[in-house]
Parts: sequence; C-alpha cells; structure tokens
Amino acid sequence: MLIIPCPHCGPRPENEFRYSGEAHIARPADPEATSDAEWADFLYMRSNPKGRHAERWRHIHGCGRFFNCIRDTVSDRIERSYPAGTRP
Amino acid sequence: MVDRRSPLAGLAGAAPSIPAARLVALPPCARVVLRTAAVLDLPIVQDINRAVVAGGVASLRLGPDEWLILAPDAGPIFAAASGHAAAVVDVSHRQVAIEIAGPRAAEVLNGHCALDLGAAFPPGMCTRTLLGKAEIVLWRTGADEFHLEVGRSFAPYVWQCLEEGRREHA
Ligand SMILES: [Zn+2]
Repeated sequence: MLIIPCPHCGPRPENEFRYSGEAHIARPADPEATSDAEWADFLYMRSNPKGRHAERWRHIHGCGRFFNCIRDTVSDRIERSYPAGTRP
Repeated sequence: MVDRRSPLAGLAGAAPSIPAARLVALPPCARVVLRTAAVLDLPIVQDINRAVVAGGVASLRLGPDEWLILAPDAGPIFAAASGHAAAVVDVSHRQVAIEIAGPRAAEVLNGHCALDLGAAFPPGMCTRTLLGKAEIVLWRTGADEFHLEVGRSFAPYVWQCLEEGRREHA
C-alpha cells in the first residue's frame, strides 16, 4: 500500500484517498472566446508523463480535502504534496 | 413515544469477556458536526486530528474547518454558534460509539485498519479513517483505549470485524 502525505493530516495509507487526475488544469476563464479545439484540450488532453507527475488527490476518508501531489508514475515514489490552490 | 434501540443490542449482549481487547457498546450521547472558520466561545480543540475533553464535552477536530462534538446536550453548541458563519448539524442518531480497550486493542484494530497506530497515533489523537469497508472516526482515548464513532447501519459490521480479531486473544 502507498503511504500518501496529506498536507493537513500527514502520512496516511492509500485506501483513505481518491485519485482525481492531473493537477493545475485551469478551466478557460472566458468560455465564449474559447475555440472548440481549446475546449477539447481542456476537457480531454492530459500530459500522461512517464515520470514526474503533478496530480490531485482527495483525502476522502480523512480530512476530506483535495490537495496536489507530485508522484513518479514509474516508481510510485511521492516527492511531496502541497495544498490545493498552490504551486509546487 | 418511539423506543430507540441500539443496533448493537444483540451483539453486545452476547460478547464474550476477553480482557486483552474488551469491546463495549457505549451509551447514547448528543453529537454535533460543526463546520466553521469563526472562533466560537466554546472550549474546543484547536489542533487538527486531536481531541480534548473539557467539562464533559469532547471535541474532535477532523479537518481544517470540521469538528465532531460529543456532549450530554447539543443545546449549548447551537447557542455558541448562533450569529456566526457556521454550519451546525445534530447527528446524534446517525452514528453509535464503540470502545475497544486492552493490551491487544491496537493490534485488533490493525487487523482491519491500515493506520499506523504506533508513535504516530498517540493518546488524544483522532481521525476519520477506514475500518474494513466502513468509514469510522477513530479516537485514541488512552494508551490501550480507543473510541470509535460508526455509522448506525455499519455498526454490526464493524463490531463483528473487531469481534473476529479479538477472539484470537481469548
Ligand atoms: Zn487529510
């Protein structure tokens, strides 16, 4: 089982968490001025790297908070986690 | 008048005495979920994932803006929150309390719960977590004593998970 560090609660077992996809994907601020291609990019396109990945997690069976986390998709090693709304 | 029955009445009555990990269905009490960023005139704990008991009222801080308060009466909590930007919800009958205590209590819990119950979880610490498939609130009230808050319909399941584990120490 992975041990995931929640920024509020500290290191916790993986089964207390839910994965929520890639982090730092902002919804277009002005939908009217956004092209179909830009919408598709926002909705569907993800970086899917082999290696270092910034992603969102939710401590759903803990404090309930979303947060961001940097995890290596090859080794599963977690570099660090930081609160939602902040940058690494 | 409706007679409220504990979901554990049958199980607790039939439980064997196992001093290494005693299992007790605790009596009913008032329970309030408090969510606020305001500072209320209440003696509630400030450290996250910690619990304190003051004047017969236990407060458990479960998240950055969330407390579970266990008290003889919910009235004073509603009164203290009145006029503040706060969500106060009476959940007295949503969940029931189970205590497991004894030198093997932590080991029995770890049979179904992946939390590190060593030095990382000292007395006074509390958190929401998973026990088997059920979400619970776990509060370490003493070195060998744990208070569990369990959803009413999950209570027989959680009880039987713990019963299965502690019978190894009969
Ligand atoms: Zn957390």
